[in-house]
Amino acid sequence: MPALLSVEDVTRRFGGILALDGVSFALEEGQIGGLIGPNGAGKTTAFNVITRLYPADSGRVLFDGENLLRSPAHKVVSHGIARTFQNVALFAHMTVLENVLVGAHARTGFRGEAKAQAEALETLAYLDLAELAHRAAGGLPFGTLKRIELARALVSRPRLLLLDEPAGGLNHEEVDELQGVIRRIRADHSLTVLLVEHHMNLVMSVSDRVHVLNFGRKIAEGTPAEVRANPEVIEAYLGSDDVAEPETTALALEVEGDDGAP
Amino acid sequence: MARAARSTGGVAPPSSTPLRRALSAGAVACLVLLVLALPVLLETRTYELARAAEYAIAILGLVVLVGFTGQISLGHGAFMAIGGYTSGVLMFHTGVAGALTIPLAGVVAGLIGFFFGFPALRLSGVYLALATFALAVAVPSILKRFEGLTGGSGGLVLDVLAPPGRLHVRPERWLYYLTVSIALVLFALTWLLLRGRAGRALRAIRDGEVAAVSFGVNVALYKALAFGLSAAYAGVAGSLLVIDSGFVNPDTFPIELSIRILVGAVVAGLTTLGAIPLGALFIEFLPIYSQQVSQQAPAVIYGAALILIMVLLPSGAAGLIRRLLSPVIGRL
Repeated sequence: MPALLSVEDVTRRFGGILALDGVSFALEEGQIGGLIGPNGAGKTTAFNVITRLYPADSGRVLFDGENLLRSPAHKVVSHGIARTFQNVALFAHMTVLENVLVGAHARTGFRGEAKAQAEALETLAYLDLAELAHRAAGGLPFGTLKRIELARALVSRPRLLLLDEPAGGLNHEEVDELQGVIRRIRADHSLTVLLVEHHMNLVMSVSDRVHVLNFGRKIAEGTPAEVRANPEVIEAYLGSDDVAEPETTALALEVEGDDGAP
Repeated sequence: MARAARSTGGVAPPSSTPLRRALSAGAVACLVLLVLALPVLLETRTYELARAAEYAIAILGLVVLVGFTGQISLGHGAFMAIGGYTSGVLMFHTGVAGALTIPLAGVVAGLIGFFFGFPALRLSGVYLALATFALAVAVPSILKRFEGLTGGSGGLVLDVLAPPGRLHVRPERWLYYLTVSIALVLFALTWLLLRGRAGRALRAIRDGEVAAVSFGVNVALYKALAFGLSAAYAGVAGSLLVIDSGFVNPDTFPIELSIRILVGAVVAGLTTLGAIPLGALFIEFLPIYSQQVSQQAPAVIYGAALILIMVLLPSGAAGLIRRLLSPVIGRL
C-alpha cells in the first residue's frame, strides 16, 4: 500500500541546532503511528514542518502524492490534515461551538453556516461535549479542552490527524478513555493518525508502528514490541539527561519487563 | 457518526431561544426608535448628536480592528482625513452634493487601509500603534502639499450642507438623520458580517493565530481586510465631519482626533457593538460638559473622568451593560 504521508529526508535548523536532521518516515492509510523520543528530540518540530508552521531547510513532505512544502500553512487543512496542540491552542474568548466551527472554516463558504453548525453540534455530541456548546472555552478543565481540540480537528474532516501529546496533563482515567477515543475516531472517520506522546503505555498500546527520534535524527522504527527491545532506543532514553522523568522510567520499566529482567 | 455516539443528554439548547431572540429584537427596535426621536427630544443638541453619530461610525471601525482582530491603531484620524479630503476635493472641484461623495470617501479610505494592512502585518502591539500614529501625523501634512487640489494649509471652503430638493427640514436635523441612517446601516452590516464565518475567523486570529492558520484562516488576508474595513468606516466618518463643518483643512484632523476615537472605543468596551453609541456620546459630550464645569481646566475634568471610568469599568460600557443585564437574561 502506498504511504499516505511520507516525510523524506527533512532537515530543519534553528540557529546552530539541528532540530530535524534528515528525518524520514512514512505512514500508511489507516495506520496509527507513534512518534516518540526524549524531550527536544524534534517531535513537535516535525509536526510544525508537516503543518507548514515552520519551513523545512530541505527535504520533502508528501501527502497523498503532493508535496506539502509547496502549500502555505493555511492551505494544509484543505489537503485533509488537522492537528491538536501540545499546550492546547483554543480560542479562549469564543464559545466551544464557535471554536469547533473554526475547524470547518476551510471547507465551508459564506453560505454553509447552518450546515456547519449542525455538523459542529453533532461532533460535540459525538465527543460528549454537547452540554458545553455555548460555554466560553476559556476556563474549562484541561481534559475537556483537549477533547474540544479533538472536536475542532474532526470537524475539518481530516484524512490525517496529528495529535501532539494528547495525554499530556490528563489523569489515569482520562488516559484510558483517550485510548478508546483514538481507536474509535479512527474507525468512525477512517482516519490515519500520527501521535506524538510521552505516555509510553498509550503509545505502545495504540500504535501500529512507532518511529523514534533522538536529537533530531531517527534512530529506530518498528512495531511497538520491536521498538521497546531496540538497544539504541533504550540507550536514548536512559542515556539522556531526562532519566528522572516519569515517561522515561515508564519505558524503562516496560523494557525491563519485556526482557524478563528484575 | 451518530451511530457511534455514546448516549449524551441531547444537544444543548442554543443561546438564542425564541423568547430571548424576541426580547433582543424588541430592545434593538426600541433603541432605533429612541435614536430617531432624539433630535425632537433634545432639540438644541441636534448638531452635537449628529457629531456623536459620526464618531460612532469611526469607533465601529476601530472596534472591528482592535476588538475583533487585536490589531491596534492610534492613527484612525489619518483614514478620516483621507475620507474627509476625498469628499472635500470632490465637492469643491466638481460641485457635487456632499452626501453623494460619502461612498467614494469610504472606498478610497478603505483601499488605502487595506494596502496599509499588509506592511502592518509585520508589526504588532506598540510597534503597530507607533506606525499608525506616524500615519496620523503624516497624512494631513502630505495632503497639504497638493495645494492645487486640497487648498494647502488654508484648506477648502465648501457649500453648507442643505437638505435635498424642497425638503423642509432644518439643516442640522437633515445632518442628524443622514448620519444616523448611515450609522445604522453600517452597524447592521457589521453585525451580520461578524456573527458568521468571517467574524469567527477574525476573533480566532485575535485569540490564537497559530491555531487559526492551522484551520485554514488566511491570517494575512483577514488582517488586511479588517484594516481596510476599519479604514473605510473611518473614511465615511471623516467625510461626514467635513460635510457638516462646511470646510476642510489639515487642522480638521489633528492627532488628538485619533486618540479621541480610541478613547471612545475603549470606553465602549472594544468587543460589543451595542455599547459603541455610549462611547461616541462620551467623547462628544464630556468635553462640552467639562468646559461647563470648569472654564479653566476642562482637560483635567476630562482626564479625571476617563481615569475613573477605566478604574471602575475596566471592560467599558459593554461590561457594565452585561453586568446589569446578566441576572435578567440568565433567567430567560
